[in-house]
Amino acid sequence: MTGLQAAALLVVVVTGTAVALLSDPLRQTLVLAIFGFALTLLFFVFQAPDVALSELVVSGVGLPVIILAALRKVAQQSARRERQEEPEE
Amino acid sequence: MSRRVRLLLLACAGPGFLAVLVIGLRGLPDFGDFHGAYGLLVDRIEPSLRHATDLVTALNFDLRAFDTLGEEFILFASVAGVALLLRHLRDVDEELDRRRTREDHSFAGASDSLRVMSLILIPLLVSLGVYLVLHGALTPGGGFQAGVVCAAGPLSVLLAGRYLALKRAAPEWALEAVDSLGAAAYALIGLGGLIFAGIYLKNFLPYGSSGHLLSAGMMPLNSIAVGIEVTGAFLLTWTEFLDQDLLAQRGRL
Repeated sequence: MTGLQAAALLVVVVTGTAVALLSDPLRQTLVLAIFGFALTLLFFVFQAPDVALSELVVSGVGLPVIILAALRKVAQQSARRERQEEPEE
Repeated sequence: MSRRVRLLLLACAGPGFLAVLVIGLRGLPDFGDFHGAYGLLVDRIEPSLRHATDLVTALNFDLRAFDTLGEEFILFASVAGVALLLRHLRDVDEELDRRRTREDHSFAGASDSLRVMSLILIPLLVSLGVYLVLHGALTPGGGFQAGVVCAAGPLSVLLAGRYLALKRAAPEWALEAVDSLGAAAYALIGLGGLIFAGIYLKNFLPYGSSGHLLSAGMMPLNSIAVGIEVTGAFLLTWTEFLDQDLLAQRGRL
């Protein structure tokens, strides 16, 4: 194992743990994208550039957009529910 | 179940799990040890018989071309499912969309630098995607990766806070057509194999000389078909998700 491969593995361990430990979904999404970049680096140094490309575009662009849109909708719905539950003034 | 019972359960199951894990890890082959006879076979036959230099693409579009057909239709079906589900949630709302003004956009607050950035990104991403799709059989890349890169180009219009401009540039009917066209093209290329070579998805084009753009038989064609389908599929999914957001803002949902 070269130093580069060990370093990439370490970055993946750190960022992956960070994704799991964060509690705020919004932050989690952003760190997930960083985790995706770490995985891209990992695949690249382990000589799998095809997989690295897929990982880069899916985790950097594809997934965050969908999660962010879903998070926004959840936030809007819960805001509306709170408004409805408030007594009329 | 109380906390103590759960801890007790962990105390029993944990060591057992650990022991199994350690035994399993001890049996792993050494780092970099390779046992795959299949990989070696692909390494030998694809460059010499098919004139492809990127073996992952060769695997996807030649040796396992039929698997790729299945994968493509998995993507197609799931995107169709997403579209069906999310459209069921919204009413006939198209009229409203048409009457939107120029300045109305969903993700307001984009700075000028962000807009310039997105303007620069669009041609870069699309040309990178086209490069990847055309060189699928030569260098790392190929239909799927290229499709997502291509789809990310129009998406950067969203970065500029102009979601509705994105909808005008890539209306849903066009995305649906692109998605279906790509899926159909792949299946039809396979049918070409049946007609001209006697076996479904069998290569019927000349292999050309290794390393040239027009080589590796029908792999470039397959790559283009998958690229078109993935572009349509991703853009359609994003559009459907972002539409939900737009509707929620208008208080429709």
